[in-house]
Amino acid sequence: MVKLKINDKEIAVPEGTTILEAAREMGVHIPTLCYHPKLRPLGHCRLCLVEVKGAAKPVAACETPALEGMEVFTDTPRVREMRKGILELLIATHPVNGCYTCDRSGNCELQNFVYAQGLTECTFSTDTYRYPVVKDNPFIVRDYEKCILCGRCVQVCREVQLNFALNMVNKGFKTKIAPVANGEEAASTESPCVFCGQCVQVCPVGALVEKSSRYKVREWELKKVRSVCSYCGVGCNLELYVKDGKVVKVRGYDNPAVNNGWLCVKGRFGFDYIHSPERLQQPLIRVGERGEGKFREATWDEALDLVAENLRRIRDEYGGDSLGILCSAKCTNEENYLLQKLTRGVLGTNNIDHCARL
Amino acid sequence: MTNSIQDIGQADCILVIGSNTTENHPIIGQKVKQAVRRGARLIVADPREIELSRWATLWLRQKPGSDLALINGLLNVIVKEGLYDREFIASRTEGFEELKEAVSRYTPDKVAEITGVPAEDIIKAARLYASGPRSAILYAMGITQHISGTANVMALANLAMACGMLGKEGAGVNPLRGQSNVQGACDMGGLPNVYPGYQPVTDAAVREKFARAWGIAPEKLSPSNGLTLMEMMQAAEEGRLRGMYILGENPVLSDPDAAHVEKALRKLDFLVVQDIFLTETARFADVVLPGAAFAEKEGTFTNTERRVQLLHKAIDPPGGARADWQIIAEIIRRLGFPANYNSPAEIMAEIAQVTPSYAGINYKRLEGQGLQWPCPAPDHPGTPVLHQEKFNRGLGKFHVVDYVLPDEEPDEEYPYIFTTGRLLYHYHTVISRKSKGLEEICPEPVAEINPQDAESLGIGDGERVELISRRGRVQVKAWVTNRVPRGVVFMTFHFWEAAANLLTNPALDPVAKIPEYKVCAVKVRKL
Ligand code: SF4
Ligand code: SF4
Ligand code: FES
Repeated sequence: MVKLKINDKEIAVPEGTTILEAAREMGVHIPTLCYHPKLRPLGHCRLCLVEVKGAAKPVAACETPALEGMEVFTDTPRVREMRKGILELLIATHPVNGCYTCDRSGNCELQNFVYAQGLTECTFSTDTYRYPVVKDNPFIVRDYEKCILCGRCVQVCREVQLNFALNMVNKGFKTKIAPVANGEEAASTESPCVFCGQCVQVCPVGALVEKSSRYKVREWELKKVRSVCSYCGVGCNLELYVKDGKVVKVRGYDNPAVNNGWLCVKGRFGFDYIHSPERLQQPLIRVGERGEGKFREATWDEALDLVAENLRRIRDEYGGDSLGILCSAKCTNEENYLLQKLTRGVLGTNNIDHCARL
Repeated sequence: MTNSIQDIGQADCILVIGSNTTENHPIIGQKVKQAVRRGARLIVADPREIELSRWATLWLRQKPGSDLALINGLLNVIVKEGLYDREFIASRTEGFEELKEAVSRYTPDKVAEITGVPAEDIIKAARLYASGPRSAILYAMGITQHISGTANVMALANLAMACGMLGKEGAGVNPLRGQSNVQGACDMGGLPNVYPGYQPVTDAAVREKFARAWGIAPEKLSPSNGLTLMEMMQAAEEGRLRGMYILGENPVLSDPDAAHVEKALRKLDFLVVQDIFLTETARFADVVLPGAAFAEKEGTFTNTERRVQLLHKAIDPPGGARADWQIIAEIIRRLGFPANYNSPAEIMAEIAQVTPSYAGINYKRLEGQGLQWPCPAPDHPGTPVLHQEKFNRGLGKFHVVDYVLPDEEPDEEYPYIFTTGRLLYHYHTVISRKSKGLEEICPEPVAEINPQDAESLGIGDGERVELISRRGRVQVKAWVTNRVPRGVVFMTFHFWEAAANLLTNPALDPVAKIPEYKVCAVKVRKL
């Protein structure tokens, strides 16, 4: 354990703890922007600057380890001044009309931060290099105007997803983050990107957003419902974002025992099949030849009666073993349980199976 | 899985065999890569060059269908070099002497000949795995979809037991299940030989218990094992099976030898299909019932590590569609039985009553991180690692299993090995194909062909070819790539436009009745 003082209060933390973590443990707020609790500290944004007694310059709290005997001050006039300067620079390079149409408005870390700091004016003006919005794939839109170059997306791809699809390219005002292939800037579809969208999930602003819901939903209109992915057997936890009775986007839910909040392309972007116009909406009864695929719509009563009648008839005439039931690896436990109860208890056969083997 | 997903983070050595993890179980694939980064050693055994091959300390490129020889080869080295865990074997297992004897025939040189993996790599892999100290095995359909699938799994269990790699964190034998609730469908007795919780249908006491719980006479419950899916299809074709009720499955596309399945379904007297789309299978139905998608209902899924997790209802099913549990309950009622459930939580309460491994599970407890079965009591925390103190049968038994050739080997007429699998962007046959983005990025099937084979056949990348097996033919675009070794052609089975299962061999594993999807023989013709 190491002992240090933050704003004159003493705290003991395990070795290797950063100043930021120590402060958060004490309930002392240090603003951060590039820092993400699941990634190694980046030290890019400098918003987390704090003063350390004896140090010539303020240090970044997110990446500086707490040391024995350290005295840290998180809210000095000097720190406040620097923070304000950094923030103003960020605002100056951010599109002024951005928030009106931004998907992240209401849930943007930059917007929240500017609001919290009560910043109403900006003394800088800059000419940053403007890159066009990139929509080179079906899933993710990259809006360079909104990018604050925090580097989280680069880091999550390197550290968590391990596909190394992104990097910072160019220098100075032309710096931007881009997909890379063999060290060169490339289209995302040419890069090692697998469209897992971890980068979208960690982006603090509206620079990386889901293409399918872009400009369609605002944060405060959404209801979030926790669920489980319907694809593979990993069982990633997710949150369904619902607006007007439709699932409009999906984000990973942080269950550290399973997916820790991360998802793959299917779980994150493949949910829209549930709103396919081809979904069945009414019971159907066959009218044409078997296999021809010709049906008429029926009421539930008619369809269910027909099913019950035929199952009963076959069971009574030929015995339960002349019926076969397939349950489903995509339906719930409760549904599979009921179906085997129907098979065994009502139809009197053990002819039940599913496609597990396939 | 005997162990947990989180456990992978603690493994020192990971053997991935027959699993293209980063594409089929991406979040577990991510964990494997993270483990390598942290310093774990990775052994990948796969005929295809998958993403994990590039992360591997050692990549064994065995010939498709030769896995059993390879695993026995590893055991041979472990026995010969005395790398096994004497204490574990003595206190927790039986039959090791027989195993020792049996694997003595699988010398590295002989196994190299069968599998095409260099003898020195077999030796290296055996040493890596055995030295652990924590070694985990991950496997998937690449191991099970063979006529020797059950034997392959037993061989992996032998390997793990011999090295004491069971019952501790960071180790284990871990099947990665392919579908969201395939584990749960098995747990719930969606199998012809067991009630929920794997309680045998042939056990009179079990039947007695269920009869009592369900309020019926025990004689009403059949004492004999039912038919498996493939046997049902056979029986339907022969007219012995007259009616079927298919819930959310699409056997017309996902079964081997699809033409056969169609024929069987046509012969039925009555077929009801309950699904969210009018699938290829539903087209054969007399009645189609519109069910609900995962976001439209309450319920639970059990994932590959036996974790029971809650689904909440986010939206209503479209139009007149209904939650599947309501539909099934309604049919039960119309057949004159009570089924008055107000919610899936009530059904779970009944499940807990009759299923010892789910006895401690209820919806309230599932809100946090879920629970891993066995969870025998309401205050039991669940079981992240199986077999910690003992195996289900007491001592773990080594099973002697021998390598057999695949059912169909390439020959002069059908000179290529054909093998199938899944892609990152798709999943089985239905839902991913109705997703706009997934379909846009991966709209059409391809057959992977090795450049040398392509050259000798005069096939260019992107050209169309016809693949022909003894059972059928499909036309598809060729992707000339080193992902497959010479003599092997790979295709996915997601696409009805080129249904790989028109080609595959329905020869079954005698125990698990899994068809041999992973190997058959084809010829390739340029179109
Ligand atoms: S989508 Fe995933 S793989 Fe692609 S850049 Fe983002 S984090 Fe990397
Ligand atoms: S998000 Fe991907 S890895 Fe997770 S359960 Fe869904 S399909 Fe599997
Ligand atoms: S949060 Fe510390 S530098 Fe960005």
